[in-house]
This record gives sequence, structure tokens and C-alpha cells, in this order.
Amino acid sequence: MNRDDFEPVIIGFCCNWCAYAAADLAGTSRMQYPANLRTVRVMCSGRVSEILIFKAFAAGADGVLVAGCHPGDCHYMKGNLSTSRRFVAMKPFLGAVGIQPERLRLEWIGASEGSKFAETVRSFTETVRGLGPNPLNRRRNGL
Amino acid sequence: MDEPRIGVFVCHCGRNIGAYVNVPEVVEYVKGLPNVVHAEHNLYTCSEEGISAIKKGIQEYSLNRVIVASCTPRTHEPLFRSACEAVGLNKYLFEFVNIRDQCSWVHMNEPEKATEKAKDLIRMGVAKARLLEPLEEVEIKVAPSSLVIGGGVVGMSAALNLAQQGFDVHLVEKESQLGGILRNIHRLYPTNQETTKLTNPIIEKVKNHPRIQTYLSSKVREVAGFIGNFDVTVDRDGRESKFNVGTIIVAIGAEELKPIGQYSYGEMPDVLTQLELEERIKNGESVGKDVVMINCVGARVPERTYCSRICCMNAIKNASLIKESNPGAKVWILHRDLMTYGVDFENYYREAMERGVRFIRYSLERPPEVIGNGKVEKIRVYHALRRTELELSCDMLVLTTPLIPRQDNQEISKMLKVSLDEFGFLLEAHLKLRPVEFAMDGIYICGSAKWPTDVAEGISQAYAAASKAAGPLRTGYVKAEAITASVNEDICSGCGTCVSLCPFGAMELVSKGGKRVARVTVAQCKGCGTCGAACPSGAVTMNHFRNEEIMAQLEAPWYNEAFVESKGGVIGEPG
Repeated sequence: MNRDDFEPVIIGFCCNWCAYAAADLAGTSRMQYPANLRTVRVMCSGRVSEILIFKAFAAGADGVLVAGCHPGDCHYMKGNLSTSRRFVAMKPFLGAVGIQPERLRLEWIGASEGSKFAETVRSFTETVRGLGPNPLNRRRNGL
Repeated sequence: MDEPRIGVFVCHCGRNIGAYVNVPEVVEYVKGLPNVVHAEHNLYTCSEEGISAIKKGIQEYSLNRVIVASCTPRTHEPLFRSACEAVGLNKYLFEFVNIRDQCSWVHMNEPEKATEKAKDLIRMGVAKARLLEPLEEVEIKVAPSSLVIGGGVVGMSAALNLAQQGFDVHLVEKESQLGGILRNIHRLYPTNQETTKLTNPIIEKVKNHPRIQTYLSSKVREVAGFIGNFDVTVDRDGRESKFNVGTIIVAIGAEELKPIGQYSYGEMPDVLTQLELEERIKNGESVGKDVVMINCVGARVPERTYCSRICCMNAIKNASLIKESNPGAKVWILHRDLMTYGVDFENYYREAMERGVRFIRYSLERPPEVIGNGKVEKIRVYHALRRTELELSCDMLVLTTPLIPRQDNQEISKMLKVSLDEFGFLLEAHLKLRPVEFAMDGIYICGSAKWPTDVAEGISQAYAAASKAAGPLRTGYVKAEAITASVNEDICSGCGTCVSLCPFGAMELVSKGGKRVARVTVAQCKGCGTCGAACPSGAVTMNHFRNEEIMAQLEAPWYNEAFVESKGGVIGEPG
């Protein structure tokens, strides 16, 4: 596949209270960002286990964004801290199995930060576009 | 569970979705997805017509799963869920797909990509809906009493309202007397009524009401539990009282900014804030003959961008009162804009001008300067409309400063698990759809703790909060959200990871059949799923967000078109 034609598919895990609300706010403010994001709503970023992240890559996602409340603002007090701890281990693991760790991003996006949400999707889409297709995507790679 | 029979309702939302997403094309596509037995589009699915289309669809096609693809679940999920419930479909068999706020509105220049994305999102929704399970909500008994935090006019009004409806109220005030910030305010705009004429009768009623128990010089130390069943600990000089309430109202107000270091405040004797001026007037002290007021001191500046709304009127009130008691006095108000909304406030502003109060507009780029040696003598101001510099003689400078959030907001936020906004005010659940409520069930907010409010607005909000807080008390029970954790005791190894992670104390280890297993207190579980994500044995299931459900969503974007045609294909299984 020609890299210029490559449209990455990005899975975005958004917590219901902050990141998902910010995504809605980006919409009500009519901020425009690339149409590459496929959102999965979860109640808390703390719900996003290693298995779900890996499953997203195994299924073929070119990038995975996990977005939750800012530290100290978690609707469930400290669910987002579990998430950030998980990332410490998850990034090197991805590298070890041949998935560039840059394909996984964690962002804290508060409910009032619609513009940060839009900007995150813009910059992450560009990062992932630069990395090219996920090597595990069997169908796209004709495997 | 029977074979899934899914109905999909795609909303045009007028032109909001329909103008950017090709809705008919999406509907045709959706009809081909496995287990979808019915798909249609509606101009507005949330209209009465749309709601009855859902109900009719469920009955006509024997739907056992419903998907609405429209705005956002954050505002409209309850409506569609209740439509399902109305015709006997468990509301947890409903799935929302967001194709407006997170699709059509953010891809307005790319209609083709927006349409493709909408198809993907609905396909993910279908993949999840196939696996949804019905859930039952537990009923929780509600203790028929309330806690009101804050004994200002707003808190007292809320407490009285609840007491008059027949509920017991615990009113906690940190100062040694009731009245809040109004105790320092001389008269109230726009009627110029003496503050005590309003507050004294309210204080008397609160003191004498048999259903209100007041705790003065007291702080709420701890709140545990959940709607219907909050365990409250109140502390007064180390002596604790404990009680149980069903709902909580927060009315802790705000405080005036003290502009240390600005315009010689704190350095020269006759530079004071509006609240300090009020006290002087109230005590009958002299207030100067050449009075200059500067508005927006510390407000609408880069480090504090908000407008505190009530200070313009307060400045105009004090200026008028000075003119009234001493018509020979000169009173200037230096302002940037004037917030005098509504007919009454505009009249009040006009009357002040007629009385001789002079208004000069200054700009933030060239703020006024204080001239004087040891005491204020003159104010130099650049008249932004006349574009000239003026020097006003001045023997008293009054700084109009905004209301700022109390430090207590931080404590309240942590204790009640409610959010703060970017400035530190307490954040209500939704400006329009859930005013005076917190996102946390059973806790309500009114008055200036939320945003600067004047007395009339504060009292209206108090009544609104009281009527919201009375709802569950009157019904006597609430239904707990069924999105909670559940434990498969057979595979639980009793390690306690979930217990240490749960911030709500909803997980505990118990002995069962000779081994230790985790147990969920459903009423305390908020459904975040952190325990389930961390469980090393996979024994904790997050209802409605189960691994299978989310994994099916994750695979759906790559779902092979060939499967659509063969029908019966499994969306969650890649080819």
C-alpha cells in the first residue's frame, strides 16, 4: 500500500466523565479533526486493561489512544492512576512484541478541554500515519 | 438468551447529522449487518414521533436489542432507555452510538469520511449490542433527611424549604452564627433594602423550626456512603456528631478577593474593597468626599478570566448610597464593561447616573494609577472613550473585586467526590439539563459555590436544589445503576487486588466455603471497572462493559464486508 493513501484507524478509549465529554464539547464547538478515530466509551480509563489494549492492536488498530481525567480529577478518585501505572509496563511490552510504542498514547483530557481533545486526535493521527500500518493487521496486509 | 434481534434507529437530527452524513446510505448498510432485523431513519429520534417509532419497532419486529445512532449518550441515553422500558425491553439492552457530537459535527468538510465513520461506529455498536445482557437494578432505601452544608442565606433557604416539606434537616455552619457573607453587607440591590430585614426573619425561622438541627462553629469531617444512605460526621472543637441522611445540599458560598499589592491596597489606609466599604457604611463611619471605584480588579484578567457578574451592581449600589447620604460627594466608577442585566438592573444603573455617579471606561492596556504619598490623593485614568488622560482627586479608593472560590471547595470536592471547574468553583452536572445537581447522585449545589450569584438568584437555586433533594426523600427509595462489578467466586483467588484498588470500599474479602473470595457491595459500587481491569484471575466482570463486549467493538472496524453478505457472520471474529 502506498503510504500516502494510508488512512490509519485509531481506537480511542474515552472515559465517560472527562475525555468523552471533551469529545462531545469539541463537537458542540464544531472543532474539526481527522475522521480516523473510532471511540470506545468506558466509564473510567481505569477499565482499560492491558488485555483490551493488546486486543485492539491484535485486531488491527494502527493506534490506540486512552484518554481519561486529569490526575486528581478522576470521577472515581484514582482510576486514572491505575491506568498510568499500567502504561509504564505496557509501552516496553509493545516494543518487545514488535509494535512501536508510539502507537499507544495516554492523554489526560478534562471535560472542558474540547480543543485539547481535537488537537490530540490531530497530532496522534499524524504520528500514526507516519508510522504506517500496524504490522499485525492481517487483512490490510493481505495475510 | 434468545438470538439477538437488533433494531437500529439512525437520527438525522434535522440537518445536524443529515447534512454531513448520508443517513439513508448508512441505514441501507446497517440492514446488512448480522442480527439487524430492522433499520430506519428518523428526522429527530428524540421527538415524540421518533420515540413511538422505537416502541413500535420493538413490538412489530420483536426486537430484543435497540441501537440509536444520534447525538450523545451523555444527554439522551436516559430518554431512549426509558422508551425501551416502556414496552418491556430491559433498558440495558439499549446501545447508544454517537454520530453527531463525535462524527458529523467534527467532520463537516468531509461528508464521505463522516459517512464511512458513522457506518464503522454503528457496526461497533451492533457488535456490542449482540452481546448485551439484561441487568436488574437494586432498590436502595432512602433515609428521609438531608444535610445542608453552609448557613448563609442560600443554605438557610434550602434547609427551610426542605423542613417545610416535612423532612429533617441537619444544617452545618462553620462560623459561630448564621448569615454567611451577608452579615457584612449593609443593603441589597436593586431594592436597597437593609440586609438584616431579609436575613433576620430567615435566621429566626431556621432557629425555631423543629425539623432543623443547626450545628454552629462546625465542619463536616467525613461523608461516607451513597445516595439514600450517607453517613455524616460533623466535628465541633473535637466533639463529633454522627448521623445518616438521604441527600446532601452544598451551599458554602464564595469569598471576596483581597487584591493585595494592587492599586496600593494594603499599603495606603484609604484603599479598600467593596465589602470593607460596606462595613464602614454599616458602622456609620465616614466614607470620604471624593470617592473613586475601580471595577474588575483581579477579574477578567489573564490569571482570572471570568466575570464575577455581581460586582458591577454592587459597586453601583455603594456609589448610589454614598451619593444619597452626601449629595455633595463626588463618586466615580472606573469600569471596563458594565454587567447590569435585566430591566431592574438597567433602571438601577440609570438612576445612579441621574443621581450623579460618574462612569468612566478604562482599558486593561492602560489601567488607572494611584498617585499619593502615604495616602491616596489622585487617580490618573486614561478615558478610553474620550482618549484623554484625566486626574481625579480622591480621598478614598474602593476596589471592586470578584468573588473567588473558597479554599473549602477543595475539601468538599475530595470528601464528596464532586468536580471543580477550571477556576475552583464546584461544577454542576450539566448547565442546562441537570442544573443544581452534581454528577454524583444525591448531592446538589446552589449559590456562589458554583458561580457568583446574587441573593435573588441564590435563593431561587436553593429552592431548586431543595426540591431536587426532596425527590428521593419523598419516594423513599432509589434504584442503583446496574453497571457494577460482579465476582465469579469459583475462579476468584482471594488475592485482594480489587479491594486495595476500589476507592469506594465496595470490595471486601469474605470467607466462603473455606476460601477467601472478593464480594461487591452493589450499592457502593460506582462501576468504574478498575477492579476488573486489574483482576489477575479474570474473576471480576464489569457489567455492561464486559471484556467480550468491548473486544467485539474493537474488532468491528475491520469486519470483513464478505461476512455481511453471508449474514449470520460474527462481527467480533476476524476472517
